[in-house]
Amino acid sequence: MVLYLLFLMVPIYWLVIMSFKSNSEILGAFTLIPQDFTLGNYRTILTDPSWYMGYVNSFIFVSLNTVISLAVALPAAYAFSRYRFLGDNHLFFWLLTNRMAPPAVFALPFFQLYSSVELFDTHIAVALAHCLFNVPLAVWILEGFMRGVPREIDETAFIDGYGFTRFFTTIFIPMIASGIGVTAFFCFMFSWVELLLSRTLTSVDAKPITATMTRTVSASGLDWGVLAAAGVLTIIPGAIVIYFVRRYIAKGFALGRV
Amino acid sequence: MKDKTTNQRAWFLVLPVLLLVAFSSIIPMMTVVNYSFQDSFVGNEFFWFGLEWYHELLRTERLWDALGRQLLFSSIILLIEIPLGILVALSMPKKGVWASVCLVLMALPLLIPYNVVGTIWQVFGREDIGLLGRVLSDLGVSFNYAQNAFDAWAIVIAMDVWHWTSLVALLAYAGLRSIPSAFYQAAQIDQASRWGIFRYIELPKLREVLIIAVLLRFMDSFMIYTEPFVLTGGGPGNATTFLSIDLVKMALGQFDVGPAAAFSLMYFLVILLISYVFYTVMVAIDGDEAGS
Repeated sequence: MVLYLLFLMVPIYWLVIMSFKSNSEILGAFTLIPQDFTLGNYRTILTDPSWYMGYVNSFIFVSLNTVISLAVALPAAYAFSRYRFLGDNHLFFWLLTNRMAPPAVFALPFFQLYSSVELFDTHIAVALAHCLFNVPLAVWILEGFMRGVPREIDETAFIDGYGFTRFFTTIFIPMIASGIGVTAFFCFMFSWVELLLSRTLTSVDAKPITATMTRTVSASGLDWGVLAAAGVLTIIPGAIVIYFVRRYIAKGFALGRV
Repeated sequence: MKDKTTNQRAWFLVLPVLLLVAFSSIIPMMTVVNYSFQDSFVGNEFFWFGLEWYHELLRTERLWDALGRQLLFSSIILLIEIPLGILVALSMPKKGVWASVCLVLMALPLLIPYNVVGTIWQVFGREDIGLLGRVLSDLGVSFNYAQNAFDAWAIVIAMDVWHWTSLVALLAYAGLRSIPSAFYQAAQIDQASRWGIFRYIELPKLREVLIIAVLLRFMDSFMIYTEPFVLTGGGPGNATTFLSIDLVKMALGQFDVGPAAAFSLMYFLVILLISYVFYTVMVAIDGDEAGS
């Protein structure tokens, strides 16, 4: 166990350490702890618009995507968890295939589709593209949580004269609040870590931080310190949110089926 | 799930999802189907090409090589990650602060952007600036993942194990936690060995989560793109060019839309087939649960 944790932490440690080193130290000396501790790499990122705009762009499309995914997935998940209707199983399976579809297959057609409707290089394009795998994911996770809510609650509410919309927003949603939180977290995360589609669909205005990073690697391949610092900054949001959903992580990854 | 009521109006609740996913899935898919039957000249003139691309792809080595590498990679990954994940889950502390600490630390690699994972390992494995590369070369092992195909495989696999074993471990851990303590007490009375407990109590209870873990890992490793792309760029040569990398090279690098589209469709069909197995198995499990 300790060995395994060590195996997990050492590469991350190396990245963090590198982000505090100057370039000459990274390339010159072999040190486990930075000799001249510097925040210069972080300063570069936080003052250069081409870097920090990457984070802003990522945040915009990731948030958009999370909102869209949740908005459409909530009613659908409710329908799947409560009702039997024509073709429900096939529809559910079809959604699953979208989660399993390799993004590489969609890269080219997405590029052409969004170019032709003039959405190329906008945040909404990336947000919509990420719906491809996030919406099915959201439906699946939410369905898992909703199944845990007894049906009697719905029935009682309807007998008490609640309309569907009112019941859904004032009773049902608060009841599965933790499930929604977990789903939002997973949508956020999968959209945040995805590179292929977001890189294909953007060029300048909406370029996410992850794409900025790869381009720097291929262009110069020299500024390792800044690269490491950028990497550390992309890990931080995940690390913070993990803490809040730590009990549900397994459930989320298993599509709500643990 | 027998108690679900039939209600056709539930379709209205599903409609938004349907429209959205149709926009981002069916329309692009039809474009792909369209391209796969056509050839293009400079100047965007397309003409009907029939099944020629499919014939050509199936005849050449390219697809088969990438598919072979892909299958080999996925099998190695599964063989390492599943046992290791179970082992880690078994040795995790059951409760208290340490359990939380372990959970958070283990989940960390899962949530690092894929290309940052690639970058971490790219840096980590380099002989001049990386800890791993440096240590290995000090030990007298020549390690260069940019030129040696075997080393490239080793580091790609190490990276994937690092990245995803935690997922298996977390799922197995969640499965273990759901075993009532009465089972363990019974085993203690029967003086079962540690292996016996694992074999006859824990493993059967873990079956469901393990099936999910195996299939998720299989699917995700089957469409792996970003990490090896950043780490090795598919090289040296074509040594670590998996299906997705090859496809993107073909589609966006060379703009060979025809063959790339045919490639996509065959790739997608393979995925679809496996998804179907996945779904059937999962529905069967859900059925078992409801029955028991």
